[in-house]
Order: sequence, then C-alpha cells, then structure tokens
Amino acid sequence: MHASVRQAVSVNITPPVTTSASRETSAPAEMRMTVSKLNFWYGSKQTLYDVNLGIATSKVTALIGPSGCGKSTLLRTLDRMHETVRSARLEGEILLDGKNIFAQDVTSLRRRVGMVFQRPNPFPKSIFENVAYGLRINGSKLPIAEAVEKSLRHAALWDEVKDQLHKSAYDLSGGQQQRLCIARALAVEPEVLLLDEPCSALDPISTAKIEELLVQLKDLCTIVTVTHNMQQAARISDFTAFLLVGQLIEFSPTPQLFTMPSDPRTEAYITGRFG
Amino acid sequence: MNPRLRWRKFVSNFMLTMTGCCALIAVSVLFFILGNLVYHGGTSINWNFFTKLPVPVGETGGGMANAIVGSAKLLLVATLFGVPIGFLGAVYLAEFSGNKVAFVVRYAADLLNGAPSIVIGIFAFTLVVRPFKHFSTLAGGVALGIMMIPITLRSTEQFLLSVPRNLREGAMALGASKWKTIVTVIVPAAYRGILTAILLAFARVAGETAPLIFTALGNSYWSHGWNEPTASLPVVIWNYALSAYDDWHRQAWAAGLVLLALILVINIVARAILSRGVSVPRA
Amino acid sequence: MSTATTIVPSAGPVAGSRSFLSRLREGDEIARMITFLFAASVVFITALLVYELWVSSVLPRHKFGLSFFITRVWDPVFDNFGALPFIYGTVVTSAVALCLAVPLGIGASIFLAELAPARLSDTLEFFIDLLAAVPSVIYGVLGIFIVVPLMRQFVEPALKNSLGFLPFFKGPAYGIGFLTAGVVLAIMVVPYIISVSREVLLSVPRDQREAALALGSTRWESTWKVVVPFARTGILGSIFLALARALGETMAVSMVIGNAPTISASLFSPGDSIASVIANQFTEATGDLYTQALIELGLVLFLLTFILNGLARILIVTTSQRGSGQGNA
Repeated sequence: MHASVRQAVSVNITPPVTTSASRETSAPAEMRMTVSKLNFWYGSKQTLYDVNLGIATSKVTALIGPSGCGKSTLLRTLDRMHETVRSARLEGEILLDGKNIFAQDVTSLRRRVGMVFQRPNPFPKSIFENVAYGLRINGSKLPIAEAVEKSLRHAALWDEVKDQLHKSAYDLSGGQQQRLCIARALAVEPEVLLLDEPCSALDPISTAKIEELLVQLKDLCTIVTVTHNMQQAARISDFTAFLLVGQLIEFSPTPQLFTMPSDPRTEAYITGRFG
Repeated sequence: MNPRLRWRKFVSNFMLTMTGCCALIAVSVLFFILGNLVYHGGTSINWNFFTKLPVPVGETGGGMANAIVGSAKLLLVATLFGVPIGFLGAVYLAEFSGNKVAFVVRYAADLLNGAPSIVIGIFAFTLVVRPFKHFSTLAGGVALGIMMIPITLRSTEQFLLSVPRNLREGAMALGASKWKTIVTVIVPAAYRGILTAILLAFARVAGETAPLIFTALGNSYWSHGWNEPTASLPVVIWNYALSAYDDWHRQAWAAGLVLLALILVINIVARAILSRGVSVPRA
Repeated sequence: MSTATTIVPSAGPVAGSRSFLSRLREGDEIARMITFLFAASVVFITALLVYELWVSSVLPRHKFGLSFFITRVWDPVFDNFGALPFIYGTVVTSAVALCLAVPLGIGASIFLAELAPARLSDTLEFFIDLLAAVPSVIYGVLGIFIVVPLMRQFVEPALKNSLGFLPFFKGPAYGIGFLTAGVVLAIMVVPYIISVSREVLLSVPRDQREAALALGSTRWESTWKVVVPFARTGILGSIFLALARALGETMAVSMVIGNAPTISASLFSPGDSIASVIANQFTEATGDLYTQALIELGLVLFLLTFILNGLARILIVTTSQRGSGQGNA
C-alpha cells in the first residue's frame, strides 16, 4: 500500500499530522479536535469500538456509513450531547485544542462546539430571537442586532429574511429553517460546528444551498458533518471517515477514500453493495 | 469560568432546588392528609364503628354501619347503571360508529365529565326525586352512575382502539363475525385497561358527597330497599365534621380514614393491573 | 343460506357490502343497534341534563332576568334572589387558589418533567395522581380541623400585622372565610396543574431542549427559555382546567368559607360560593322560586365550567400539535 494511505488509515493523535492532504493543501492540517481510544455504550450495549480520529482545523470532515454504524453517536460525543441520555457511557479521550473536554465546564464547551440537528428545530420565537438566543445568554461582543445580521449573512439567509425578522420562525420553509438553525449556531462564534445529517429532511434545492454554505463556512469554523449521502460527502468534505458497526474502518482525505479506498469494506459501501 | 457563567450556573442550581421543593411540598400533602387521618381517627376505628348504628349525641359506642352499607348500595346502583352504558357505548364508538356520531358522543361525554358534581345532583333530583316525591337510594345511585359514565366510556374506548389491528384481522380472517370478534378477541385483549377504567370510576364516585345531598339525603337508621333515603360515608363525614360534638368529630376522622383508604387502595390496585399489561394511553 | 341475495358469500367479510339480512343473521346488526342505543343514551342524558337545568330555572329567569347576576341581596324570606355575592365568592376564592397553586404547581411540574431523573419523576407523579383522587369532603375535614385553626392563630394575624394596611387583610380573623377557602382550594387544585403541565412539558420535542443546550445554555436556561415557552399554551390549558375544577368544588369550600352571603374586600371575611350555597340551602329551600333560583345558580356553574373546560382542551391540544407539526418543508 502507498505509504501515505497507510498513514492516513491509522491516524493518531499527535498534531500536526502530515498526510497526503498536506501535499494537496498549502498548510499542514492541524487538529482542532482529537478522539482517542473512544469506546461507547448505551446501557450494556456497546456502540463504538476503539475509535481514533482527528478533526482537521478549518476543514470539512464527513462521517459516513450505513444506518446504525454509530456515526451520529460519535458526533454527539464531540459536544458531550450524549450526556442527555442517562444510560450513555463513554471511555476514552476527546480533546479540543489539546484540552480534555470532560475536564471543562460543559456549558462553555457547547458554546465552542455548536450543533445543527437533523430536522430543523427553530425555537417558537421570531427569526431574530432565534438567532439572538445564544447571544443573550452568553453575552455578545457586538450589539445584538449587528451580531444577528452577521450570522444571518454567514448562513446565506439575510437577504431572504431581513424584512421579516420579527415574524415567527415557523413561517419559513424547511430549507430556510435549517439555515436559520445554522445561523443560530454560528451566532455564538463556535470553533467547531457539528451537523447531524443536516439535509436529510430537505428538498434537493435547499440541500444544494446548504452544501454550498458548508464549504464557505470552513473559513469561519471547523465543520464535522454526518451524512448518509455519499455523494454529498464526496462533494463537500476534505476528509471522510467511514464507520461500520461502531468501528472506524477508514479515515482518509476524501478524494482518496472515494477513488482508492484501502479497505475492501469501504469499497463495498461506496460502490453501493450494501447500506 | 467567568463571573457571568458562574452566576448562570448558580441560578440554574438554585432553580433546580426551588422547583424540587415545590414538588416535595405538593407530594407531602398526601402524607400529611394520611398522617392526620390516622392520628385523629385511628383510635376510633373499632368493631362498633363497623357494626353499630349511630347513637344519640352524648352516648358512646355508636358506629357507622348504616353509612357503610348505604355507600355500598349506592355504589352498586351506580355501577349497574353507569358501567353498562359507558362500556357498551364505548364498544359502539370503537367498533361500529362513523366519525360524526363518534364526535357527538365523545363531546357529550366530555360535557358530562366536566359538569360539577353538584349540578349532577340537581339533575338527579329533577329526574328521580321530584317525580317520586321522595329522596331515595335509587336517586343517589343514579346520580353517581351518571358520573361514572364518561370516565368508563372514554377509557374503555381508548383501550379498545389500542388493540392491535392484526389481532382483529386474524379473527375476522377465520370467519368470525364482528360481534364475535369483539366478544372473544378484542374485549379480552383490552380487559386490563377496561377493568382499570371501571375501578377508577368507582373510586372517583365513592368519595362524592355533593350529588348525594339532595338525592339520597341521609338516614340515622337502616335504610330498607331502594326507595328510602340512606346514609352514606361521605355525607356522614360532612355532617359530623360540621357538628359541634367531639365524639362526632372523632368519628368523622375515622370515617375519613376508612373512605380514603378504600379509595387509595382501589387506585393503587387499578394502576397495578394496568402496568402489568401493555402500556396504553391515559384516560 | 336460503333467501336469494345478490352477494356471493366469498372469502372474508367485506364491510358494508354484505346485505342487511346477512349481517342480521350473524348478529352484527343487533350488536350494532344495541351498542348504538347505549351510546345514544349518553347523548340523551347530557341533553336532558341541560334541558332540565334550563326548564327548572324558569321562574327566577322570568322574574329577575339578567338582574339576577348583579343583585347583592339573597333574601329567601321576601323571595328576592340575587347571585352577586356567590359569584363574587366563587371568583375571589378561585383567584386566591390560583395565585397560590399556579406557581407551586408549575414549579413542581417543571421539576418533574425537566430536571428530575425519570424514576423519581414517575414515583412522585404516582403520588400526585393519588392526591387527585382524594375526595373533596376529606379536604374539607382537614380544612375545618387543621387549616382553619392555623389560619386563625398564625397566618391571618401575621398577615394583618404586616400587610394590614391593604383592604384585603382588614377585619377580624375568624379563620374561616375567603382566604382559608382559597388556601384549601389551592391544595386541591395543585395536583391537576402538576399532572397536566408535566405531560405537556414531556411532549415538547427533545431536540428543542438539545438545541438550547447545544448553544451553551444551562439546564435552567434551556428549560425556562425554550421548553416552557414552547409548552405555554398547554400549561395555560392546565390552569384553565384547574380553574374549572375550583369553580365546581363544593364540599371542602362549603366547610370553610363561612356561608354568609357577604361581599367584602377583606379576605378574612366569611362569604359563600355558588356551589356551596346550593349544597347548603337546597334541601331547605321552601317554595318553587327559591329552589329554582338555586337551580339557576347550578346552570350558571355548568355553563362556566363548560366554557373553561372547552378552552382548556383546545389549548392543550394546540401544544401537542405544535410539537409534531413544526419543521414543515
């Protein structure tokens, strides 16, 4: 096997890692977050086995795999959202900028690692108040109205809603609601943005808009997205992780994973032989 | 951690404690009530209480036998009147009816359910007492029975509807007619919930006083048959508590303890029956 | 299988297309008719109830008309009946009850739905449901023997000393009266607020709370600023339900309110409520006008609770629909 591929398969935790990705982009890929030896259980059922992964700064990392492979579970550990479920148990280490996320206050962590959910879930408030929510509770450097506009622009929604900021968020279409949720998450200026199948409830046009958006947002924050749509992963991500039954099978720069996968199971999945 | 975050976390923990206190206060009322009933009334529960008739004020040794029997008779009439209507009506709603009729029946049942119990008492008065010109056990039983109807109806309907489709279709595919399917398959499948509904309706009306005040009225002696006024536990408690005599007060506590114990036991048994079976929508 | 029918008795019954006779033969039609009769009797009974209330209150309606509701006098001797003191008493005691019960009830329901672990929440809810089953007359007994002395000896004097300049807390502290009745009502009504609000809060979709947490909210912030507002119409519905219950509450109130047709700003004053005056005076009512005036009060009570219950149901259903209907594409 090609040396760089072998390296990419067993990505370990010390930043920076020089993989083939670093030959394609100009800067070495630093790791914003690292996951080491992660094992996860719901009650007595183990759902993640010894996962090791690095999330590269200012890049889009996609998690793909068939249903039930644990990709959403993995995503939710990154902002400790698994703690809302009583029976969830976790072993291993997750670092944000080199610091253990379990040693910090969870509220501050979640400000730095934001999340957008599978189905759009705006609050029963106006469009403005949805975006302002995070600013109001966390405090904001800018005046709130300015910060709200900034976020809505980043989410490519400003032009469509600027005249109706005080209307209910539920008046928006599904695609707009999801972009609103993205704007809401962006408002608190997270370093990492997690998206759990953000387009699965949306029509193709809204999906395309959001995919475009995610690629642009890379400069603002690191993106991790779970998707069941392989083509989407291929289109927008820089790195892709393939999970199967709770195990990380392969983790490589996206072009490589899709054209020259190193594991036969990866190849079987991406060619549609299962899943 | 910055000061703002520290404050926010403090508020969060403080409110957690406060709301927990609210819950604790609310729940402790139950134990407060039980504790007082036991403390004040426990000593007056003796053999006399259950077997003797009330004696004139000043004498001791009286009991509430007539009230206990009276309540039993009233509840019997109520059950015989209210449960069949509620149950069979629910069978109609769940198995035979169209949407419009179902809507009207449900709406009427909800109306009946929401009517204050004293209004039901007035209704039973105009229906049974006025035409026959006397208070009676029958009138009281009818009043209570009317109150049992909506509870029985709505709950039974929900439990019947929750019987899985494939059970019904299995029976019908074997050639069973609709009513046979209902009797042999659907009702048995839902029996837990239906029994619970009946028990809960029973417990609910067992403690009702207002509908009895001007239907069954009251009686210091035994009531014979169904056409005489009769004493009942709730009404006796009401009268004795409002009286000026300590002995009667003590008896009121004792009767309250007996009544509440009965009602709580029925409630607990009903919920236990339900939780042993499939979990189904609440009434 | 005798009479000629045009239906071929083929595999399996097909609803509606079998002939009347074949359905009859199999007993289905009889079953349908019998159960229909019972279902119809429910409607009949309810209609009869409303009819009887209306018809049996004809005398006072004709004699007093709408002035029945604004007359202060309730004088059986001179056949002059006005409902105002009872309406006042009902309103005041219900208001006091809600002021006390709503904060406590909503606070407790928030704890049970959002903050407590599931097992604790279920256990506590079990006890709350039992509380809702305690009969009114028993609350009345507790009211007379425990709450009234407490109010007379401690609470009312304390209120008088500290807030006696307000018209609400003037006058002698008997222990019975509007305030005590309000307190007893509050205790009775809290379980309803708690169980309905808890259900409504539990029905708020998970991802609302998670979205709030994901933005760095504390648990209280996600509960108070997101989940509770989402459920606000349902919670309001639970309050309406509790109010409907309070209005119709007869026994406990009649035992502690003092039974005097008084209108007074002071909460220490004895008074009377609609339900309680009916309970106390019905069997002693002499003459048709007197009895029918009481029945008219019953009709008023019925209408009030009817409206409140209807509103409550609409509000509660609205919240649960919102929960499933949001996020439409």
